[in-house]
Amino acid sequence: MTTTAALELVQLTKMYGGVTAVDAINLKIPAGSYCCLLGPSGCGKTSTLRMVAGHEAVSSGDILVGPKNVTNLPPADRSTAMMFQSYALFPHLSVIDNVSFALKMKGVAKSARHAEASKLLELVDMQPYAARLPGQLSGGQQQRVALARALITSPQILLLDEPLSALDPFLRLRMRAELKKLQRELGLTFIHVTHGQDEAMALADIVVLMNGGRIEQQGSPREIFNHPRTEFTAKFIGGHNVIALNHETFAVRVDRLMLKRPTETVAGPSVTGTISEVEYQGTYVRVVIAVDDGPEISAQVTETQFDAANYTVGERVRATWDPTQASLLKTASSATIRSPERAA
Amino acid sequence: MMLVFSLFFLLPLLLVTIVSAWDYNEYEMIPAFSMRGYSDTFEGCIADLPNLCTILKTYLKTLKLCLLTWVLTLLIGFTVAYFLAFHVRSKTWQIVLTLLCTIPFWTSNVIRMIAWIPLLGRNGLVNRGLEGAGLIHQPLEWLLFSEFSVVLALVHLFTFFMVVPIFNSMIRIDRRLIEAAYDAGATGWQTLVNIIIPLAKPGIVIGSIFVITIVMGDFVTIGVMGGQQIASAGKIIEARLNALQFPAAAANAVILLGITILIISALTRIVDIRKEL
Repeated sequence: MTTTAALELVQLTKMYGGVTAVDAINLKIPAGSYCCLLGPSGCGKTSTLRMVAGHEAVSSGDILVGPKNVTNLPPADRSTAMMFQSYALFPHLSVIDNVSFALKMKGVAKSARHAEASKLLELVDMQPYAARLPGQLSGGQQQRVALARALITSPQILLLDEPLSALDPFLRLRMRAELKKLQRELGLTFIHVTHGQDEAMALADIVVLMNGGRIEQQGSPREIFNHPRTEFTAKFIGGHNVIALNHETFAVRVDRLMLKRPTETVAGPSVTGTISEVEYQGTYVRVVIAVDDGPEISAQVTETQFDAANYTVGERVRATWDPTQASLLKTASSATIRSPERAA
Repeated sequence: MMLVFSLFFLLPLLLVTIVSAWDYNEYEMIPAFSMRGYSDTFEGCIADLPNLCTILKTYLKTLKLCLLTWVLTLLIGFTVAYFLAFHVRSKTWQIVLTLLCTIPFWTSNVIRMIAWIPLLGRNGLVNRGLEGAGLIHQPLEWLLFSEFSVVLALVHLFTFFMVVPIFNSMIRIDRRLIEAAYDAGATGWQTLVNIIIPLAKPGIVIGSIFVITIVMGDFVTIGVMGGQQIASAGKIIEARLNALQFPAAAANAVILLGITILIISALTRIVDIRKEL
């Protein structure tokens, strides 16, 4: 039904007055892939998306959709379509008029554009609601209408600005699966902005983690999770302990940390500390350890392991790991690192 | 609330309606049922057909003035509100400029009207200026004490009543809707017609109700700016009151009220205002 295109950003920069929101980023996203722009608020991911969409002027650099340089084209000529945060459906128009809006602007006759819109409503399973107003729909239904509206222009790239943030947690999971399914079926390039790492991990073929207007790291979710290159990545992606040892910093997954008694000898690198908290989580037990002269780290141990050792709060413990399972982090100047806790 | 409403609105309205059905002679009203107030008002209307009688002519004139004023206040008011809502970026400037619009209201209606006279008179600023520029050789007579000056003054006085409700509707329009329209390839004009005007409709209707009800009942502006030469529905009531013919005045008031209600209900058909408030 639709053709798709690759997206390429070349030295793309956005300045607001003297503030650099997006700092000369280079990015290639292959056609037909699902890409998540991930990062804390203010990292430049939304500015990047809005520049690609054509709703924000580019300060310098280029945007290429397929072979076409679209940097200075209006949104409608870019072969992109945007799905807005909280959807921005026209409240005075019925669902079918919302979906067919772009065709009406092109001057397509009413019957033709309604026929086209009906097909898309069928695709998102919203055909029975064609005559309703957006205000009469639930959040998930509104999202489907917004999707249909974005797809009516047969875009090659679909841009989604935090599409799931307006939904409640249960619906979010369901719509997340629907988005992925739709992307697979249509074979379109999706660029999805989010601040939720779980969302990015579940959906993306490529995760682009941004921080302070730059790309911190990009790659498949597994690459990023298993080989974080910086402390920021390790902390933002979650599930890692950042441990400083002998002037080097490592990221060790919480489930790869092994706990030993201080008296036991260990082969690999290790740190010692006191157990400050034990939390039972059902499938695993989380043990928090206050490392001597260091920060707290946490280990995820299976119930069986935990029962065998039966750790208690206040007990001395040695945490060790297989060096091949740890990622050596680039020591960035800590001033540029935002803690993920502060990221909304 | 209900008490205030009955005391200051329903009761006077009821009294006016009752008095309109009383009898009267040259100097007093007689509390006995009579439709003389109404029949005097429409005296000779049927006999004069197909020519229009005075009362119908007067109402047509009033409607014409009202329509002209409505169209002009709507055009100007919409433009000003659009500018304030979409071109003035900062909240502070929006407030400052809106307050600026209210400054004329620091002086009374009458003074603002009379201020036009030195401008528009035979030897007024406009005529002198045009003569000085060599554009005209004798003063334009239609500038003052004419329908032109009446409409000008009405527009001047009441445009702000259009600006405020329309502006209020417009600032509630989500900016992302306009972006979404742009994303869908709509031109500025298409966005205005398809998105902004429909969403500003409640403001337009409320502003229209203000302007139409005020202009339909106005007799001061029409009197002063029309040089007491233009008849209007309001002026009939005033003339009857001056002649101490209260039942006739009341009858005219009831007729005017009925016509105004008709116009308003037609307008509210277009938009369900209760939903929007």
